[in-house]
Amino acid sequence: MSTPEHDHAHAPVQQTAPAGYYEIMETAVRELLIEKKLITAQEIRRQLEVLDSRNPALGAKVVARAWIDPDFRQRLLADGRKACEEVFDISFYDDTQLIILENTGKVHNLIVCTLCSCYPRPVLGLPPDWYKLKPYRARAVVDPRSVLAEFGTEIPADVEVRVHDSTAMVRYMVLPLRPRGTEDYTEEQLAALVTRDAMIGVVPVQAPRSAP
Amino acid sequence: MNQLVYATGQRALFRAGDRIRILERAPVGHYRVPIYLRGKQGLIELVIEPTAIDNEEEGFGRNAGSHRHYYRIAVPLSEIWPDYTGSPNDGLRIEVFENWIERIDA
Repeated sequence: MSTPEHDHAHAPVQQTAPAGYYEIMETAVRELLIEKKLITAQEIRRQLEVLDSRNPALGAKVVARAWIDPDFRQRLLADGRKACEEVFDISFYDDTQLIILENTGKVHNLIVCTLCSCYPRPVLGLPPDWYKLKPYRARAVVDPRSVLAEFGTEIPADVEVRVHDSTAMVRYMVLPLRPRGTEDYTEEQLAALVTRDAMIGVVPVQAPRSAP
Repeated sequence: MNQLVYATGQRALFRAGDRIRILERAPVGHYRVPIYLRGKQGLIELVIEPTAIDNEEEGFGRNAGSHRHYYRIAVPLSEIWPDYTGSPNDGLRIEVFENWIERIDA
């Protein structure tokens, strides 16, 4: 549908399916909490803004800094949360700790939450859908090498695959290996290479084929 | 001179390098201790500071006075899955609350 006031065509955006069980439960609980004055609608809206303001570009900046600044890398590995807070002003609104998992020539790290969808949201934003679904959650701890292979990542047998199940109050983020051929890159150019999936640990960071 | 006295749970009961077992319990109880790790043996890799509230108690609205340590625990994947076919070096890391682990005597 396209009108002069609305200049691109698409089907009308509307909700057609009836609300599901959990959707109705969420609405009921939310309305009750507001009615009982335990939280306000404004607080909920504000928290959604907080969540929406976080995305993988934040984590990528942290990774790029760690690659070029050995002192920062040490701080980050010693206390991930503190380094992100102090250097990048990234607040940990959910009161979680952050452990940075450094990939090396001997260890490849992978993160998962087998229980639900625990994820380093303060630094990476919302997790991808596949991270929250049972096939990934179950198989990441049972057969991580096959899961990685499905993402196109083959880990040599002499490299340890280390799976981190974040079910408590600690979150993890992978510090990927800096790709070869990026010695001349600026911090910004490096950050642009770092993807969400690399910080989850399902793929390495890759340098583009041609020079920047 | 008086000796310092610490409140219950303030000081970590385990140290990095301690060999431990993750408990099995019936009924199942705390879901933050995944079922696939119940009864498995591992090593304490790190004491998580500061102490944290016992999430299991908190789940029932009892959220005062139950601070203890979480421990980062290393478990080989071959310990969890006896038929694991990946590298024997592959491993798992997870945090478990103090009252869900027991020491294995050397």
